[in-house]
Amino acid sequence: MRLEVLLRILVLGLALLAGHVHASSIDVYEFATREQEARFHALNAELRCPKCLNTNLWGSDAPIARDLRRTVANMVREGHSDREIRDYLVSRYGDFILYKPRFTAKTAALWVGPFVLLFIGLGIIAVMIRNQRRESRLGTDSLTPDDEARLARLRGQLEADASGVSPRS
Amino acid sequence: MRAPSATASRPGLHRASLFIPLGVFLLVLLLLWRGFSLGDPHALPSALLNHPLPDFALPVLHEPDRIVSSEAMHGEPFLLNVWATWCPTCRAEHAELNRISKEYGVPIFGINYKDNPAEARRWLARFGDPYVFSVVDADGSLGIDLGVYGAPETFLVDADGVIRYKRVGAVDQRVWDTKLAPLLAELRDAS
Repeated sequence: MRLEVLLRILVLGLALLAGHVHASSIDVYEFATREQEARFHALNAELRCPKCLNTNLWGSDAPIARDLRRTVANMVREGHSDREIRDYLVSRYGDFILYKPRFTAKTAALWVGPFVLLFIGLGIIAVMIRNQRRESRLGTDSLTPDDEARLARLRGQLEADASGVSPRS
Repeated sequence: MRAPSATASRPGLHRASLFIPLGVFLLVLLLLWRGFSLGDPHALPSALLNHPLPDFALPVLHEPDRIVSSEAMHGEPFLLNVWATWCPTCRAEHAELNRISKEYGVPIFGINYKDNPAEARRWLARFGDPYVFSVVDADGSLGIDLGVYGAPETFLVDADGVIRYKRVGAVDQRVWDTKLAPLLAELRDAS
């Protein structure tokens, strides 16, 4: 008897929960093909909600995000390419709407900047290594050709002094 | 004699390199200063600036049988205001639009954005109607064509229907005096 009561309560609870889940579900989008649906999902993930600073179209509850999801869904159904859909939205909302900005004159610094900094860094390291090498070479054994010649000349002079002329004259 | 001169210049180089942290610090300072002085990060630059108004064919709020296009607005520079009864900022801005319409004689057209038309008509009857007419954008499709992402938004459009300025948020007296009025005067002089 008690078990039956428990089961009834459980079923009732599940039913209420199901009702709640249904009420809070977001709009459903129907597509003719799986491929269209996949593209719709991919676009929603990479397009940014213009009202919210850092949410994609999926993640936003803003009315404008819902309108844009509907627009994207319609354009996918009508057979527009991903590129056409992105272009359409960029022409209205600007580059802001793309999470992955395109390469234009305005965004060039964004794309190229890190590589420029990388090369500057590599250049600094190369100069430092070269300076250090030169320092260690000068500090130990090697002489420049000029120094080598001078050394030979001085040695020759020394030998000539020692053998030829007597110290007294 | 290259070697001695190279060793002589190295201390100088060393001293200059002491200033690198200072340079980096100043650079970071500049970037932060620039970043924090951007103002409202919500205000996106309009992608439609200096572009013609998108085409549309929508019913007029007070004459639902009359369908108009953007050409019905051309002729002289005008304001195009996106509004709705569900938008509290539109309510706050409304008095200023009434004032601008009365004092400056600039035509103001409305886009009643995703609203209930009956409620919208009541709203205008109650708070005053500054609009030559409002078009009904029930599903927000004209809004998307205009890059609208929240009401109110106001466009300043020249006589040929080219968008010259966009204000996201309420038009108050400050915005009118500092931005819209000077631009409108410029457009009026040009046409």
